[in-house]
Amino acid sequence: MLVLVCLASVMVGASSIAPGTVLTAFLHFDPADTQHLVIVEKRLPRTLIGLLVGIALGLAGTAAQGLTRNPIADPGILGVSFGASLFVVLGISIVGVSSLSGYVWFAFAGAAIASVLVFSVASLGRDGATPVKLALVGSAVSAACGSLITAIVLSDTQVLNSVRFWQVGAIAGRGYDVLWQMLPTFLIGAILALVLGRQLNGLALGDDVARGLGQRIGVTRLLGAAAIVLLCGSATAAAGPIAFVGLAVPHIVRVFTGSDYRRVLLVSAIVGPIMLIACDILGRVIAPPGELEVGIVTAFVGAPFFIALVRRRKLPTL
Amino acid sequence: MTTTNPTTVPAVPASLVARRARRRRSLGVAVGLTVLIVALGTVALLLGKASLTPGDVLSALAGQGTPMTGFVIGELRLPRILTAVVVGMCLGVSGSVFQSTLRNPLASPDIIGITASASVVGVVAIVVFGISGLSLALVVIAGTLVAAAGMYLLAWRDGMSAYRLVLVGLGVAALCSGVVSYVLTRSDIRDAQMGLVWVTGSLNNSSWAALLPVAACAGIILAALASLARPLLVLELGDATAAGLGVPLERTRLLIIAAAVALAAVAVSTAGPLAFVALASGQIARRLLNTGGAGIAISGFVGAALLLAADMIAQFAWPTTAFPTGVVTGLVGAPFLIWLLIRASRTGTGS
Repeated sequence: MLVLVCLASVMVGASSIAPGTVLTAFLHFDPADTQHLVIVEKRLPRTLIGLLVGIALGLAGTAAQGLTRNPIADPGILGVSFGASLFVVLGISIVGVSSLSGYVWFAFAGAAIASVLVFSVASLGRDGATPVKLALVGSAVSAACGSLITAIVLSDTQVLNSVRFWQVGAIAGRGYDVLWQMLPTFLIGAILALVLGRQLNGLALGDDVARGLGQRIGVTRLLGAAAIVLLCGSATAAAGPIAFVGLAVPHIVRVFTGSDYRRVLLVSAIVGPIMLIACDILGRVIAPPGELEVGIVTAFVGAPFFIALVRRRKLPTL
Repeated sequence: MTTTNPTTVPAVPASLVARRARRRRSLGVAVGLTVLIVALGTVALLLGKASLTPGDVLSALAGQGTPMTGFVIGELRLPRILTAVVVGMCLGVSGSVFQSTLRNPLASPDIIGITASASVVGVVAIVVFGISGLSLALVVIAGTLVAAAGMYLLAWRDGMSAYRLVLVGLGVAALCSGVVSYVLTRSDIRDAQMGLVWVTGSLNNSSWAALLPVAACAGIILAALASLARPLLVLELGDATAAGLGVPLERTRLLIIAAAVALAAVAVSTAGPLAFVALASGQIARRLLNTGGAGIAISGFVGAALLLAADMIAQFAWPTTAFPTGVVTGLVGAPFLIWLLIRASRTGTGS
């Protein structure tokens, strides 16, 4: 299904391109052919970024909910999304950055600083970074960053104008440079998240049980947080804050797999990109001649679907 | 808030002592917060573009000042301060009620879709239909209540589960923020900015005419909620325990949540969806009390103090621009909550 969605994503757009042309574009690329150019320079990087961002958000969301033991947690829970947004806003208003690939570094820096702050503040004290403390400090730091963002954006219309489009979240208009920028952090984060399944299962039983099973809780939390930051940081850097995908995907997946984190993580890494790319395709065709940003489509389409799913009789909890 | 359940009074003096200590502590916190609110209010009366001496303020309050001071104090500053107190109280109580009935520290009207639906109604009303003033407030209240009723019905499935309600709320919140983003990215930049100011939340439009109906509504709802105080405490112990203790689960929870939604709707209709006040107040109150209870009344006081302080900072911290209040609520609440969290883990009382 993921493969089909990716193929469709390369074919569908303002001008639909036949499957045969897509194939020849890959096999015998002809720079003079506009259709080939559209496929290779526009739709392919867009699809690949959608793929990586979707995987990243699916994994990060699952890890965030496991780490905080809270179904409300989204990948931005450690302050990642708002930290990234704050730095992008600062970059635009102070340094005057204006290109999407320039935003990437600011988003990375903001995500890293905010989440290190959240994790170290939450770790103070004997009991370490308990789920409640992580979640609360995360939302407090997010709120503070949100305040600063609004303050800057409200006092400068120019910044509001460029930021409001970034902040919606989109995977359109990104080239290979953005893809390469996000790839290394994404890979480390994804591997880290995928191997943490067993530890998250332990944490789900409560700290004491996990400790009794011989787990080192502190290490699990640190690695989990690192995975979330790397994944959500690279996703936000590439596409802007699209938090809902990361929030919804684990819940959707749990309906089919049950609560075993090893399976939830694996399936989330597949469902995440399906949801993201499918919504992106929909956004391209739904309002011609313009496009709808994927961040808006995921909310419009994803949320009702999510609510319908949550209404099932037997709802697997965390 | 302290528990006194006459049916289970044990003869053990130790628990009686502990209960008295708890009651003293919550009384102390309440008095301290009241003093803080009064102090903040006094400072707020003195601060402003027109610099007035304490004597001017006193005579204006007594109705004997010059027409100018009378106007500044009576028509500008006093209604704004009282609006901050009432709105802050509504948000604080509402947040604390949500956190304790849904048993989730992150649950608050901002996160589970209540204020989000209010934002949608407000932004669409402003940007698309150009509504403002009292009719905007009424539209927002009506829209929020309808959305909340819809969420409750969506979450209903052979009875009600807090877990499902939270998830439905998250879905609704996402949907609503999608709509807000859509409207803000597709509208003219000036309209977008006006919409953004409203979404941020501000006390700029405070006046007696706007305050009085709000205060009346808030008073009625708070009184209704106070009569539900005991079942609310029992509900915090878990559904099964509460049912075992004879609390009619569904009906009580419906009433309590309806009251909390109404409080949030009233607050948002007056000042816009101020971020973080509801979430932070509940958690700050819980930690100030440090007795394991939710401290719903205390949370109201915390909300009032928080909003009053935030509003002053928003108006006067930057000499050139006055920001909408909602810009500052996150900045004021966040460090304080973080400090409380750190202190709690230092002393080992945990969270």
